Amino acid sequence: MTLSTATLPSRSLRFNPGLKRNRTDRLFTAIAALFSLIAVLPLVLVLIYVLIQGGKLISISLFTQLPPAPGLEGGGIANAIIGTFLVTLVGSMIAIPVGVGGGIYLAEYARRGWFSQFIRLGNDILAGVPSIICGVFVYSAIVATRLFFGQSYTAMAGGIALAVLMLPTVIKTTDEALKLVPQELSWGAIGVGASKFVTITRITLPSAFTPMATGVVLAIARAAGETAPLIFTALFSPFWPEGLFNPIASMSVLIFNFAIMPYEAQNALAWAASFVLVILILGANLLARWIRRFTSS
Amino acid sequence: MRSETGQDQFTLRRRPWSERSIDGGFRLLTILLASLVAVVLLGIFLTVFNGAQEAMASFGLSFLVTSGWNPVNNQYGAFTAIYGTLVSSLLALFIAVPLGVGTAIFITENLIPRTWREVIGVMVELLAAIPSVVLGLWAIFVMEPLLRPFLNFLHQSLGWFPLFSTVPKGPGMAPAILILVVMILPIITAISRDALNQVPQELRQGAYGVGSTRWIAIFNVILPAAISSIIGGVMLALGRAMGETMAVTMIIGNSMNFSWSLLAPGNTISAMLANQFGEADGIQVSALLYAALILMLMTFAVNILAQWIVRRFSLSYN
Repeated sequence: MTLSTATLPSRSLRFNPGLKRNRTDRLFTAIAALFSLIAVLPLVLVLIYVLIQGGKLISISLFTQLPPAPGLEGGGIANAIIGTFLVTLVGSMIAIPVGVGGGIYLAEYARRGWFSQFIRLGNDILAGVPSIICGVFVYSAIVATRLFFGQSYTAMAGGIALAVLMLPTVIKTTDEALKLVPQELSWGAIGVGASKFVTITRITLPSAFTPMATGVVLAIARAAGETAPLIFTALFSPFWPEGLFNPIASMSVLIFNFAIMPYEAQNALAWAASFVLVILILGANLLARWIRRFTSS
Repeated sequence: MRSETGQDQFTLRRRPWSERSIDGGFRLLTILLASLVAVVLLGIFLTVFNGAQEAMASFGLSFLVTSGWNPVNNQYGAFTAIYGTLVSSLLALFIAVPLGVGTAIFITENLIPRTWREVIGVMVELLAAIPSVVLGLWAIFVMEPLLRPFLNFLHQSLGWFPLFSTVPKGPGMAPAILILVVMILPIITAISRDALNQVPQELRQGAYGVGSTRWIAIFNVILPAAISSIIGGVMLALGRAMGETMAVTMIIGNSMNFSWSLLAPGNTISAMLANQFGEADGIQVSALLYAALILMLMTFAVNILAQWIVRRFSLSYN
């Protein structure tokens, strides 16, 4: 009995680039390549313009002086840089403990059950709440009621608005990171007589540290660039920061305010602030990426 | 049975009071912190709902379909902003979905060397990290001037069509849509890439084994297997686009006059809030909160639908 393959024309097995389906294949690959090019183009263009336009103004005075009055030249964005750090710090100080605690509950005490599912769903919904609504909420709850020493707009309120924004990310990353820790580790700890509290704080949390740190760094980076929750909570101030219970400048609000002013000096400062902000945020992102790579190897 | 070493007794001591109270206290603390999520969410909803009461009572549902916004006569209708929110986010989605899914396919399906795939992937992720206010600044000073000749051409050649019926004069709906595309593209790409990466390798091998070309496999096997997560991601992106504020506020023109034209200035709910909420008083605050409530309900609906789709239609391969 002979094999029937002998009767097949052998060229049918050879790759024929001229076939219709192979031509369509190349066409689609080209389209996908074009789409990818279009997708990375905005990043390249934005970075180029921010680096060129913002880089022009980088000098010592940018980091040491206050912004000029409308119509005047020179000045810097020192108060906005400090303000961004302060407000983001307040936000992190609230969101990280609350988020890590909530994440511990979800992952360690109640993986299943209606309450934890309800909290997880709530967390996902909170993550989807538009940032401007966070601002409106904090305005109505804290600014309009003058909760802090009768002050209306405060850096504290801005920090709280950012915390509301960061909270879902911190909870989610903690929850997922803790779930990845092998159960055997905590069983071992409990087996040698450690209490649940000691097991979580000494064994589980340290093993989940890197993915948590990655998520938290990304959340902080995102919060530092947020504008919408700050425009009517922390407001803006052309002066040096006067503590946490006064309005405070921030780079993002400065960019927004100065971009729509009809003065070139202000527009230039908006570009310079974008430069500083983008460098900081991309730096934080690369740091998070590095932390991740550091552990996976 | 006794062991020979003599160490035969476990000491079953009661755990000391301090240890048990720390354990219980810690558990209680984490429950409390987890509940804060629900408290904040409820707080947001109640604050907005309460504030909107007055406007809901005086304008009713006609608020949704009338387009006058007049702080002088205290007559408010949010149709312009609702229309702007829906049109800008849906059109942005319409452009961003093919781009994002195409990019995701390009960087998962082994079409180019791994290094290049990773470079493109990282670049798209970094695009997501650029603050929206910086994109807005870029849109005002770079994108819009670049775009204007093209929009002018659209108006001149297709001006009879209502969507292109006005002369482009700077800020408007069209540049806002494009900046939204830039903002949601990374989300769609990232989620589609994860979804495509999770498609089991066996499916690809099977498709290639029966003689399909790469793109036949992509269209007939791989994409259908990943489609539920991709659609979930697209819905999340839609929610993000509807709530996106700063870049849109800076480039949309913030006009409360209704126009069909994409080349005319428009408004979205979030842009309206960003512009007016700080300076509003009286019933205007209430009207703005009414609009905020509508925005919140729309994003709730979209987000919950997204999760339902992912759960309902996800295929499992075990």
